[in-house]
Amino acid sequence: MSRAPLDYLSRWPMRLWLAGVGLFLYLPLGALVAFSFNDSRRNIVWRGFTLDWYGKTLSDEGLMGAFGNSLTIAAVATAISLVLGTLAAVALWRFRFPGKAGLEGALGLPIVAPEICMGVAMLVFFARVLPWPTELPWPLDLGNIIIAHVSFCFPFVAVVVRARLGTFDRAQEEAARDLGADDWRAFRDVLIPHMAPALAAGALLAFTLSLDDFVITFFTAGPDTVTFPVKVYSMVRFSLTPEVNAASTLLLVLTIALTTVAVRLQGAEGTRQVMDRT
Amino acid sequence: MSEQPWSRAKGPFAVALGPPLLWLFGFFLVPMGIVWIYSLSETRGLTDVVFTGGFRNYLRTLDPLYLGVLWKSAWIAGATTLACLIAGFPVALAIAFAKGRAKTWLLILVMLPFWTNLLIRTYALMAVLRTEGLVNQAVGWLWTRAAHVLPLPAFEPLPLLHNNFAVVVGLIYVELPFMVLPLYAALDRLDRSLLEASMDLGAGRWRTLWEIAVPVALPGVVSGVIITFIPSLGSYLTPDLLGGPDSQMIANVIERQFKRANDWPFGSALSFMLMYLTFLALAAQGLWSRRRKA
Repeated sequence: MSRAPLDYLSRWPMRLWLAGVGLFLYLPLGALVAFSFNDSRRNIVWRGFTLDWYGKTLSDEGLMGAFGNSLTIAAVATAISLVLGTLAAVALWRFRFPGKAGLEGALGLPIVAPEICMGVAMLVFFARVLPWPTELPWPLDLGNIIIAHVSFCFPFVAVVVRARLGTFDRAQEEAARDLGADDWRAFRDVLIPHMAPALAAGALLAFTLSLDDFVITFFTAGPDTVTFPVKVYSMVRFSLTPEVNAASTLLLVLTIALTTVAVRLQGAEGTRQVMDRT
Repeated sequence: MSEQPWSRAKGPFAVALGPPLLWLFGFFLVPMGIVWIYSLSETRGLTDVVFTGGFRNYLRTLDPLYLGVLWKSAWIAGATTLACLIAGFPVALAIAFAKGRAKTWLLILVMLPFWTNLLIRTYALMAVLRTEGLVNQAVGWLWTRAAHVLPLPAFEPLPLLHNNFAVVVGLIYVELPFMVLPLYAALDRLDRSLLEASMDLGAGRWRTLWEIAVPVALPGVVSGVIITFIPSLGSYLTPDLLGGPDSQMIANVIERQFKRANDWPFGSALSFMLMYLTFLALAAQGLWSRRRKA
């Protein structure tokens, strides 16, 4: 029996190509993980299995502090982005108002603006308009970074939630009102349950974007506040040590866990649609 | 019930639109606006910046030195985009034609690097590309084997890191998923019967691909090119960590103006040149898709 004519996947040049791209994408990450278990300072030749680097990483106060900062910033920025993004999506979906197209365009700006432009804008803003006091107690000293992160995260949440609202049957809301629900009850009991998958997906996206950000944080942060990417950046500038490998592997595991949750929630197709809009 | 006029429900409208609008205005548009005003200002003395409304900073960005940086950024971003297109198209095609679980898995495999921290990915690539890295070790091993049978000179490690090559490889590594996904989306919507008709009429597999699938996927190609090119053009971290002394891209020059050179007005003008280029690319895409629809 001959192969289906459109089954490109079964052709060997195609398989070779896919294998090549897969190797390109995963060999560096695989090597990174493997060398985090390598019993050698110099990260070049395999000398045997060890968990020492994980011990060193977990007891490295600077690195763990930076990691804690990153998780705190991501959590707070996600919570604020979720509220703002959902409100924006509902407003754009629900109401007709003058200047709507302009607002939609403006909301897309943080998504398309190059990171470096937004980074320097935050640098200037926090230097000249809203100087952030440096001696604030934790976590208030992270406030400027959180503000910057919310600014680029919440439009993504708005896009995801707005897409989900497109599938809402407005008759459901009318039914709720006919049964005596006021605006708030209709929103809470009908609209929010419908939006739930998009809220979860938007939150995960915001969390990942915040955790991942280096450039904007690098320009916003004062010298005393360090996030995980900024810390790794300064470590990488000095030398490549297995400690960075161990820390990266830990974050990689966290990322895979989060991605798994996202895929479970939305399906791969849904996650793809989110990226398609970014 | 369709969209409601805002004036019929002023309270809920204000509650819904107020907070995001204020945030967008106060913490995005105002900072960007200040940079824009700075781009039309001049530094007087050490730190004072005075608004003059002149285009001097923009004229300075057209100085051959900075035009060269802009040009270099453009060709690095262009090379990255082209390589992503070539590497990514077959992958997108494979995903579009894969079935069931294979499709889901391939999608996840392409997306996982997107979710992985940019710094970690760049660091991983550094470890692979450096002088004692995996690639050089593998090539060196093959070289020494070959030297047993062939008269080869001693192995010299390839200079894979801290040059323009490394920057392009690093950007491909980062941007490839962004190219594959829109291509996949366009190919997935492709009507299979068109391909079958083409093959029934006697066109070969590759001709069918080239003459049917590629034109139909063109909108995906355009959006893939745009979302690969724009972030590559403005990338900061990749040239900073993987590049050499002559791999400075526009973002690195902007950073220098704001941090070391302390010439904020000029840095602002460079930053807005990048914004204008971004708008230009997006407008071109919009125009293209509108003309295509008409």
